[in-house]
Amino acid sequence: MTVLEQPGAYRPAPPPAWRPRTDPAPLLPDREPYRLLGTGAELDPTLLRTLHGHLVRGRRYNRQATALTKQGRLAVYPSSTGQEACEVAAALVLEERDWLFPSYRDTLAAVARGMDPVEALGLLRGDWHTGYDPYEHRVAPLSTPLATHLPHAVGLAHAARLKGDDVVALAMVGDGGTSEGDFHEALNFAAVWRTPTVFLVQNNGFAISVPLAKQTAAPSLAHKAVGYGIPGRLVDGNDVAAVHQVLSEAVERARRGEGPTLVEAITYRLDAHTNADDATRYRDDAEVETWREHDPVELLEREMTARGLLDEATRERAHEEAEEMAARLRARMNEDPVLDPMDLFDHVYAEKTTQLREQAERLRAELAAEGAEENGEGDER
Amino acid sequence: MTTATTGTGQDARKTETARKPATMAQALNRAMRDAMAEDPTVHVLGEDVGALGGVFRITDGLTKEFGEDRCTDTPLAEAGILGTAVGMAMYGLRPVVEMQFDAFAYPAFEQLLSHVAKMRNRTRGRMPLPITVRVPYGGGIGGVEHHSDSSEAYYMATPGLHVVTPATVADAYGLLRAAIASDDPVVFLEPKRLYWSRADWSPEAPEPVAPIGRAEVRRAGTSATLVTYGPSVPVCLEAADAAREEGWDLEVVDLRSLVPFDDETVCASVRRTGRAVVVHEASGFGGPGGEIAARITERCFHHLEAPVLRVAGFDIPYPPPMLERHHLPGVDRVLDAVARLQWESEWTERPEAFEGGTR
Repeated sequence: MTVLEQPGAYRPAPPPAWRPRTDPAPLLPDREPYRLLGTGAELDPTLLRTLHGHLVRGRRYNRQATALTKQGRLAVYPSSTGQEACEVAAALVLEERDWLFPSYRDTLAAVARGMDPVEALGLLRGDWHTGYDPYEHRVAPLSTPLATHLPHAVGLAHAARLKGDDVVALAMVGDGGTSEGDFHEALNFAAVWRTPTVFLVQNNGFAISVPLAKQTAAPSLAHKAVGYGIPGRLVDGNDVAAVHQVLSEAVERARRGEGPTLVEAITYRLDAHTNADDATRYRDDAEVETWREHDPVELLEREMTARGLLDEATRERAHEEAEEMAARLRARMNEDPVLDPMDLFDHVYAEKTTQLREQAERLRAELAAEGAEENGEGDER
Repeated sequence: MTTATTGTGQDARKTETARKPATMAQALNRAMRDAMAEDPTVHVLGEDVGALGGVFRITDGLTKEFGEDRCTDTPLAEAGILGTAVGMAMYGLRPVVEMQFDAFAYPAFEQLLSHVAKMRNRTRGRMPLPITVRVPYGGGIGGVEHHSDSSEAYYMATPGLHVVTPATVADAYGLLRAAIASDDPVVFLEPKRLYWSRADWSPEAPEPVAPIGRAEVRRAGTSATLVTYGPSVPVCLEAADAAREEGWDLEVVDLRSLVPFDDETVCASVRRTGRAVVVHEASGFGGPGGEIAARITERCFHHLEAPVLRVAGFDIPYPPPMLERHHLPGVDRVLDAVARLQWESEWTERPEAFEGGTR
């Protein structure tokens, strides 16, 4: 006889009481993008001046790099014009020992971290895939495949923590990148392992031509954090003081061992996706104009002027310094890089395979034949 | 060594280093254990590698011995596993990641192709990634779909990766140690149907093996060369034994490493025998055999008595377990290929034709 044949004898145990494993309420992002400029909040004048110098130089850098594409000195340039506040703040909140994981649009962040702009532009110039030694400024190679560098930031932060090092990794991605599987996997790993990682999503409204509405149905990109059990923060990405503060708090939180944070910065890409893109096919000039009113450089200058922190002389000096930076960049980018085709085989493996040695010899012979032809020796063959 | 007469000490030492039957799985496990003991930067991560010891038990005991920080159960996401391993390697660790099955490694392809394989190149040598990606591969274990793929061709087609696959217990240990010690990323393909194959082997004194990039002649012969690797090595050795009845003395070359490829050993063998058959489980079309046959032909054309033949899996998705025996290259199919090596046209064995004055 089984229990089922004995009515009344069997009382199913009530299921164990259920409750969420993490209280979601404290993880929810701000209801409005966090703002500081124009709110009358107390702000550090020295920080504002530093941010201002960086923003002005950053804007000029974007303009110069775009001009270099027209002169054939850059193969392509994905501009961060309009997004300078995010770029600059991401770089400035990090300590020297920390790591930055930029995407292809984030060369300005690398430059703001102290990297030589010519090195930062190496990938886009087309002479070297990365252009710089990642260990020099602790900036990972620019990632072109979307969001694939986010797990790297998680792994590096995890390794640093295992070694007992006080290191934070900050990774940058766009709104489109949040649809990628690697975004999800990175946030999940970071949350489970509580790695000291900060994820900065620059929501600039478009993934090339596709607007955010076609990218996600989430209440906000910051809300995605809750699903991983980590806090999401929403910030006005054009308010450099606010971005700086929100990212600083996230970095400090990570440093304290409290785990990762997802920050969504609402901004706008004023330029096209790259110089090769035509933004008029997917958005109106009127929309762009509204965002020009909310330009990160102007927002800060207005605020500083109102606070008496920016006289005409200081402003002019900042712009002069930016011009000098642009002139130096222009001059150096106008020099042709010296390339050795034989380098092609050098860093595929620690040691060249037999096959690569054979192929290198073939190329060497081709180059020798080319050289001979150029010297007029070709006729004799 | 001491020649002491006490006996007991020597006996103990003998027991320690004695070769006794061991499985490939035990040798792989021991390789990771020894690597972790010797080098604190070696970290193992993957799905179920912790308490369970991996679905094939290859990581058995590692978490217990080295702790969860050294042998870590990850969330179930292969791109995330390999992607975080990249970041760990960037920071100076030496990750060994386990992909649970061949077909479950595919989500990690983008990390492998776009980052792992290219990072040294992208950074001009500044940022090498010493990552070992262990992948149980191949069929013959009665697995349901997505558990029996031979995925080596995908990895071989990606410059920047080493692709290694052991066929013996000694190689399982030696090659895995070499893979973990390598400063290049290594895709380490473990023939899962050989996991429980046995050989006499000493875990305390593992015999040294040839480095990554060298093939080994597993059986010397004079009639023809079977070029093979991984799960097909025992098949070819069995075929070579059976071939003796037909009067063929077959040489068997175990590639061990598909990348780098050992042209030298393969071509030396084919030049000696004049005939070659490439044997593998992976589908023939676009498979490793095409590359190997082309390399042999390019280098040994004047030594060849017959076209290089391939015995490979059919060009079909891996079949259901009840039909897999028809798909996998077996002894008979290998011998059939050997029989098609144009023996009838061999002039050296027909001196009368030669005397006729024409060749």
